[in-house]
Amino acid sequence: MSDIATITDTRLAFVRTKPFDPLPPPIVNSGAIGWLRQNLFSSALNILLTAFCVLMIAWLGPPLVKFLIIDAVWDGASRADCIATPQRPEVGACWAFVIERLGFFTYGFYPADQRWRVDVFFVLLAFGIGWITWLDAPRRDLGMIYFFIVVPLLSFFLLVGLPVLGLPYVSTAQWGGILVTIVVAWVGIVVSLPFGVLLALGRRSRMPVVRMASVIFIEFVRGVPLITVLFMASVMLPLFVPEHLTPDKLLRALIGVALFASAYMAEVVRAGLQAIPKGQYEAAMAVGLSYWQAMRLIVLPQALKITIPNIVNTYIGLFKDTTLVFIVGIFDFLKTIEAARGDVNWAAPTTSITGYAFAAMFYFVFCYAMSRYARYVEHRLRAGDRR
Amino acid sequence: MDATAPVRSRFKPAQLNSAVAVDLVGVHKWYGDFHVLRDIELRVGKGERIVICGPSGSGKSTMIRCINRLEEHQRGRIVVDGVELTSDVKKIDEVRRDVGMVFQHFNLFPHLTVLENLTLAPIWVRKMPKADAEEIATHYLRRVKIPEQAAKYPGQLSGGQQQRVAIARALCMSPKIMLFDEPTSALDPEMVKEVLDTMVELAQDGMTMLVVTHEMGFARQVANRIVFMDEGQIVEVNAPEPFFNNPQHERTKLFLSQILH
Repeated sequence: MSDIATITDTRLAFVRTKPFDPLPPPIVNSGAIGWLRQNLFSSALNILLTAFCVLMIAWLGPPLVKFLIIDAVWDGASRADCIATPQRPEVGACWAFVIERLGFFTYGFYPADQRWRVDVFFVLLAFGIGWITWLDAPRRDLGMIYFFIVVPLLSFFLLVGLPVLGLPYVSTAQWGGILVTIVVAWVGIVVSLPFGVLLALGRRSRMPVVRMASVIFIEFVRGVPLITVLFMASVMLPLFVPEHLTPDKLLRALIGVALFASAYMAEVVRAGLQAIPKGQYEAAMAVGLSYWQAMRLIVLPQALKITIPNIVNTYIGLFKDTTLVFIVGIFDFLKTIEAARGDVNWAAPTTSITGYAFAAMFYFVFCYAMSRYARYVEHRLRAGDRR
Repeated sequence: MDATAPVRSRFKPAQLNSAVAVDLVGVHKWYGDFHVLRDIELRVGKGERIVICGPSGSGKSTMIRCINRLEEHQRGRIVVDGVELTSDVKKIDEVRRDVGMVFQHFNLFPHLTVLENLTLAPIWVRKMPKADAEEIATHYLRRVKIPEQAAKYPGQLSGGQQQRVAIARALCMSPKIMLFDEPTSALDPEMVKEVLDTMVELAQDGMTMLVVTHEMGFARQVANRIVFMDEGQIVEVNAPEPFFNNPQHERTKLFLSQILH
């Protein structure tokens, strides 16, 4: 009995009086630290790359910020404000120059009292772009008509002039800056897609004449630099056409750019057409659709859908290629900056760099926006394919 | 054979002497040097159901694809419902409007819903108002027993359902003749039956049908005549019973011994 009493004695019972030591916390996979661990420090190579990027940012970032923002001159009326003085030895970007010449960069030599017309054009265009690029927008079919037919007609009369309606005629020689860049890029974009589609269909046509014509056009234009096309449009064309029939200089450049872009677009669209299975053509034919109905209702919707990223890629190239029109004496955006930076009134050490920085930002914003949009569309389509 | 014999009696016997639906006279076709169709002679009466079989590469598909001009023949005459197929585009369109086709790989339009797949041709080819076209489409979807799938996209359906949609799509054009190009070959085995059932019903309604298939049960049950092809030629044409029980040619016997185990 005494043994049992001993065992049940509370002093001998095995009861742990202290809690266990806490376990180590699990490796964080979520939150900021988890993200860093997964994305920046997951392997030796990754750590090395992270370190390299941090060093690059540390090396390039501060001077850029210092030049573009901290030391920058934001207001001023002439070169005097952008020149280093004993009071201000460090002078950064001369934004005063860009701000003062913004009107010139935007409108070129477009008469100051008529510049509202250009603004209206920008608004009309922006509205159209918003309408057709927003995939869930209401009545996108109307948006297409608006963008591809209404806006071109309206803006032609708006920008060129319609004296009957009190819009005085403005010669295209007076156009310039962002206006010209946007017009050239936009005409290239609007014309190249339908022409590219026609050329692509032509290249796959069973009619030898159509096929040969398409192949010759595409291969000829693709085999020649854009500068050559522009030169031919601007220098050679007047030699063959009587003077009073010679089209306007800007128009000639527009045609050159549009034809050039069409040839590239044709190859992009052709790739898309080739990805559509033969069975789709056959099914369309078998239910009695005509060739054009089959193309419009069955083949092109599918082909263009898968080529959207490539189409946008061509557009990005086209947008930057518009800078080449300066070579035939047209004042596009980059050319206005070129012209303005030589202005004696603004001759300061940082004027040119500021102008180019502004141009770089302008082109980057547009091209990056197009690129992001292509990514977004691609993502959406991939989601659609999963259904 | 005994099991299928009573089933066959459900079908109206085809009047072979009545109007001709499809007439192929001395048809030849070459792919380059390769002679795919050699002197094809086949007359199909209205309401007749023809099953075409033969080894792969024997020209069966090519032959029925010539009937709606998905393939061109180079010699001979093809007359479909009184219209001779030539390079005249108008005549080709006329024929295609009246000839429905069902493909091995369905070939539904993936960017359109099932309903849109069905209404497309009536709206654009027959110039039918949208509401009427949708009514007809719903009717045929009910007939192929998938009215609840109307709003889905083809990619969301099973193979058997897709093939039934394809049949309904062809029927929406109220064709006089239906061509089937191996309609069950791309299907999982358990889906073959639902498609064949649909085709049997269609046959019961008196549709003129030309069916390329290896489904010999279907051939016994439905066909008026079975056409056996080999190397681009029609080797033997016969009613199902004599065809299966008493084939005339060695080549047919060999083929049947290989597919009927």
